[in-house]
Amino acid sequence: MTALVPLIVCLPLFGAAIALMLGLRRRLQVIVSVLSLTAATVMSVVLLVLVDRHGPAVVQVGGWEAPWGIVLVVDRLSAIMLLISALMLLGVLLFAVGQGIIDGDLETPVSIFHPTYLVLAAGLFNAFVAGDLFSMYVGFEMLLSASYVLLTLGGTGARIRVGITYIVVSLVSSLLFLSAIALIYGATGTVTLALIAERMPDLPADIQLILGLLLLIAFGVKAAVFPMSFWLPDSYPTAPAPVTAVFAGLLTKVGVYAILRTQTLFFPDNQFSMPLMIVAALTLLVGILGALAQADIKRLLSFTLVSHIGYMLFGIAIGTPLAIAATIFYVVHHITVQTTLFLAAGLIDRVGGTTSLSRLGGLLKSSPLVAILFFLGALNLGGIPPFSGFLGKIALFQAGTIVGDPIIYVLIAVGALTSLLTLYALARAWNLAFWRPKLQVKDYTSAMSESLVEDPQDEGIVLKKSISPLMVGATTSMLVLTLGLTVFAGPIFDLTTRAAGNISSPSTYIDAVFPNGTGSIAESNLGTNFEGGAK
Amino acid sequence: MSASLTLVIVMAVMYAAGVYVMLERSLTRVLIGFLLVGNATNLLIFIMSGRPGSSPIVTGTSVDDMVDPIPQVLMLTAIVINFGITALLLALIYRSWWLAQLGDEGDTLTDEHATESSDEADATFRSSSDDDDAIAESLDEFERGDGTTSDEDPLRHTDSAKTDAAGRAGASASDREDQR
Repeated sequence: MTALVPLIVCLPLFGAAIALMLGLRRRLQVIVSVLSLTAATVMSVVLLVLVDRHGPAVVQVGGWEAPWGIVLVVDRLSAIMLLISALMLLGVLLFAVGQGIIDGDLETPVSIFHPTYLVLAAGLFNAFVAGDLFSMYVGFEMLLSASYVLLTLGGTGARIRVGITYIVVSLVSSLLFLSAIALIYGATGTVTLALIAERMPDLPADIQLILGLLLLIAFGVKAAVFPMSFWLPDSYPTAPAPVTAVFAGLLTKVGVYAILRTQTLFFPDNQFSMPLMIVAALTLLVGILGALAQADIKRLLSFTLVSHIGYMLFGIAIGTPLAIAATIFYVVHHITVQTTLFLAAGLIDRVGGTTSLSRLGGLLKSSPLVAILFFLGALNLGGIPPFSGFLGKIALFQAGTIVGDPIIYVLIAVGALTSLLTLYALARAWNLAFWRPKLQVKDYTSAMSESLVEDPQDEGIVLKKSISPLMVGATTSMLVLTLGLTVFAGPIFDLTTRAAGNISSPSTYIDAVFPNGTGSIAESNLGTNFEGGAK
Repeated sequence: MSASLTLVIVMAVMYAAGVYVMLERSLTRVLIGFLLVGNATNLLIFIMSGRPGSSPIVTGTSVDDMVDPIPQVLMLTAIVINFGITALLLALIYRSWWLAQLGDEGDTLTDEHATESSDEADATFRSSSDDDDAIAESLDEFERGDGTTSDEDPLRHTDSAKTDAAGRAGASASDREDQR
């Protein structure tokens, strides 16, 4: 079973190498990338089942023991993240293949797209299985480098401009992360997560504060948490539709995963609860207020994406096992539903010729299938019962009321308000783009469209393109997955509860990595600085 | 933990200078800022290895004299990553300069190497000065007003008209194209 852990990272990388060598032989490239992601999905299913039964899988790479060598750990949380991201990557890849076949690959030049996409997948998987901070950093860099290329595909002016903003912001956050790793190494004498977890509580409170805040800021930029979120709505919508979908679904959630992992492991006393709550409330509110003003569906979705990160932070801030379980459930729900909605927006862009609400109309009549896809996704994101968005929020709020601080009640109110406003923004998009007859689009006046602000890059062009069955099929299967999350919410929530039980006590993780205890490590000569550095 | 004061001061200056330069508008300066901050971070990792000592792992060194090898490993990896990202950034800066000068129309200039055989083309592309000459030439042509040619890929043109709002030159060039 342990062989699967490194294999799930290596296989997409290997696939990327082959896809790159195949160059312009498109069919073979498609086969290679679909096969390697399918294999990754199968492996992550097997991993999830095995890890759920037998406990965390630990691999000491190259036989070097834990604090000295690289260690890969898959516990239930990692396995869940692996499975959901593998499924998303596969679905979006199929969408991209469908789009590429029709476009003749102008939007996604296939010879670059497939290898880069597979590297992105490998980086994601690496970040999820990393058992030490530095290989997590390497995973982040892999997926970020791939994302730089994917975001600037084709090298048009608009993409280069937003791409450079995105790259510089990501670089700053990477450098902050690297500085945090250096400081943590200086303070604890190790980069292995499990060993840091054991040594962190012994550090003086002020040093813990600095290290914790540095990590939070570094991951907060990646997760698009409120004061660091302004890069996201500008950069994501410019990329090709499948790329936007995979970024929106997965890249911010890697940041959330890293926050969840480091907060629960390093700071089990939940010292950062209060700042996280405040930031969560601001992320929720500012994000959704931004979404209300957008006329462009992709920008609107990007703002809701920022906003809903607040729910996950809220769960992490509460920090009880139930709240963590709810957070993991919400992450899974949010990954699937955002990917679905962005793919649906990609379809709208093609059948309607634009994604601007001020020019779309009559889509319900002209393409009912796209309408259904968008409608169900929107209801789900807006938190209408019985969908998984509703269940995730209820679980979060319930976990909050059990703790019952006054600020938690404020946050629950903000969360409920955000949910309502999300529904409002999406219902308006539905009304204008789908329900409004095509003939009324010109000279349309309504209170609904008064406050809308156009995308600054919008040029008022309507350029319709056809959609292929593969694109619709991929989006539909994503939607079926979100509905599956609703129908099987019970078993899935049981699973996330078990995962939360794993991570809300760091000892489980530490025992998995160091089955013989960590006592012998501290006594042996581990570097020169631990003795003096900590105290 | 003991560390060299010189290294700490150098690191601090590099961080300060790097952040300052990064805040400039020019992309090349942003790149320089990134390099400075990146190397300052590498120094920070290095400082974390504590007091200097003799080389690790080599046989014959006693364990007490060894310098901590792990930060050096981390640094090496970080340097390699920074190197790759720098290359990518340079390519993007070049591309954005190209777009600012010519707009997306720059892509549709006739390929003067189209008729050459592949060996000749390879030889040409090996010398980077030729590339620069070609750009200078097309810029000159562009200023004279006959820079854009008409045998362009129609799909590409629609694509650029749709997505490009950036290249100021590009916008004016396509305007002229429309008038023609």
